Amino acid sequence: MASRDEIVDQIASFALFADLTTPQLERIAHMFEEEVHPEGERVLRQGLSGSAFHVILDGEAAVVIDGNQRATLSRGDFFGEISILLGEAPGADIVASRELRTLVLAGPQVKAVLLDNPPLMYRMLQAQARRLRNANRWRS
Amino acid sequence: MAELRASPSSADDRPFPPGEYPVVVVGSGPGAIQVAYALRRLGIDHAVISADPSPGGMFRRWPFFQRLLSWTKPYAPVDRTSRAYERYDWNSLLADEPENRSLMPSLMDGTSYFPSRPEMERNLATFVERTATRIRYECPWTATRREGGPEGERFVLETPDGEYRAQVAIFAVGVAEPNAPSTPGIELSHHYSTVRPAETYAGRRVFLIGKSVSAFELATGLLQWARQLILVSPSPVKLSVDTRSLVGVRARYVQPYEDHVLGGGVAVLDASIEAIERGPGDALTVRTRRSADASELAIEVDDVINATGFVCPLVDLPTVGVTTFGQSRLPAQTPYWESASVPGIYFAGTIGQGSAGLKKHGLPSNSGAVHGARYNARVLAAHVARTVFGRSVERPPVTSADLVPTVLSELATAPELWHQRAYLARVISLDPGEGPRDEGIVPLAAFVDGLGDDGTADALALTLEADGTGTIYPVLYLRREGRVEERMIEPDPLLRFDTPAIQARVVEIVDEVRSEIVRK
Repeated sequence: MASRDEIVDQIASFALFADLTTPQLERIAHMFEEEVHPEGERVLRQGLSGSAFHVILDGEAAVVIDGNQRATLSRGDFFGEISILLGEAPGADIVASRELRTLVLAGPQVKAVLLDNPPLMYRMLQAQARRLRNANRWRS
Repeated sequence: MAELRASPSSADDRPFPPGEYPVVVVGSGPGAIQVAYALRRLGIDHAVISADPSPGGMFRRWPFFQRLLSWTKPYAPVDRTSRAYERYDWNSLLADEPENRSLMPSLMDGTSYFPSRPEMERNLATFVERTATRIRYECPWTATRREGGPEGERFVLETPDGEYRAQVAIFAVGVAEPNAPSTPGIELSHHYSTVRPAETYAGRRVFLIGKSVSAFELATGLLQWARQLILVSPSPVKLSVDTRSLVGVRARYVQPYEDHVLGGGVAVLDASIEAIERGPGDALTVRTRRSADASELAIEVDDVINATGFVCPLVDLPTVGVTTFGQSRLPAQTPYWESASVPGIYFAGTIGQGSAGLKKHGLPSNSGAVHGARYNARVLAAHVARTVFGRSVERPPVTSADLVPTVLSELATAPELWHQRAYLARVISLDPGEGPRDEGIVPLAAFVDGLGDDGTADALALTLEADGTGTIYPVLYLRREGRVEERMIEPDPLLRFDTPAIQARVVEIVDEVRSEIVRK
């Protein structure tokens, strides 16, 4: 269990939040909730609507599509944003591959938080660009 | 009228002396009472111990201003002893005997839709008395350890009366320990739990840390007394009428917010609180930093009240391996409210909100309130009876002709689905060999992950859900060969889920799974 102060300290070092001031980070820590998932638990479920945006505080998660593991996510990584931005159900299961702690923002709140925090939106866009580049490299 | 306080007791006349029991339940609030009642109905031997002198849990003291936020509608469209009435009554505990159902409305004096705190306390005490639910009062649980033995691991719960050993421990101790942030000078504030009588704040400037329900409850009660009220936390205020859920300030406590937006003098600020200092004179100065622009703002006040909520009083459970999370230090739990890290330890009552479920569209369960937790308790007791003690449970057959009417009737009236939306589901298994069977109420997260007590056979799960826009609609989940798909049903503007239009859609969905059964 982490206090809000500890969460602020933790997320300050994440690339996603790197451009935010301390009061902005505190606000983020208040708006997000903490969740913990034991090893093996599904955090996002492929095909089920209404999921959330997660930032990994600690632990590891597997990205699983149709039963096949495609990637591993760890501290500082985030997931769930694509289905929220597109208004679709997630295209993959996210499964805790060991105990996983995440900061969670409900889907309907994501747009407002991104619009209120342009540096956060820019960092997310950078991460998506990186993923797109890597996917293109992988295909070519 | 029920006796609110247990008669002075000696160790001799109290039930459940220290010793070995299959299950020990800790607590005497609504969660503990409901789970103890359900265990007894299932024939599972158990002890119930509580630190308090009488039943009621948090309702023995709170809400501070002595009236609940959860309603009971005395005159509803359905009979008070019917299962469907539970949708309109958020406060009664669940009983199998008609005479013990829906006790709350008969104890209300008619002045409000919301029971007073003493009425709620009487409701719980009356349930305990009428159902002869036994509790060993004034027996506080003080420490826990795990002990190996020839019959497997036991939990040992220490109390001043002696030690309790049990294969299963169910903690229903509320989220009741005051939470204090680590702000420098926080000792100069007082917590919600130690607020003085309202009239002692007459003419004073009061600074409230927090913008949650408890902060706005205090602000509402102090409006006519305080000279100035200032509510501060880093994030903006949320109102339940905006979130369309129990998240946020409830409608009854919105008055200070209206005062704020209409310029009446209540201040609601988004800022972090950096320090509380003495002075000038007898006053206090609160140093804040605005969330929007990081500017500093020092505010001089007479009182600082810390309304940052409560944490779980888990005693030493974290040291025996119970993982906790979040601001309230809730234990991490499985969909059946078992500790995610220490099998055999379960949680009932408001702590059950640590089992978050799917939280679709960000909407939490109602497990933090009586009207959600009472159903969790019944499912939990049945789960323990089935999986730990090997009791068989009824799985009534549903004839093919009854399948659609059963689905429609549940969607229209099942209180479990109404109160625990996208959290509890009615499951009907569709094994081709034995035909459709009613598997009862199952946590939805367990169903979709194939971890439910209903097994992993092809099945249909029924829920009611909401998406945060104010719409409530039925969703059916189809599980076929382990894969789960959801089928949404259009909402009805009057929330009637047994209309011809909904029936036609249900027939369509049921036909999808029926055709599978026929193929097999």
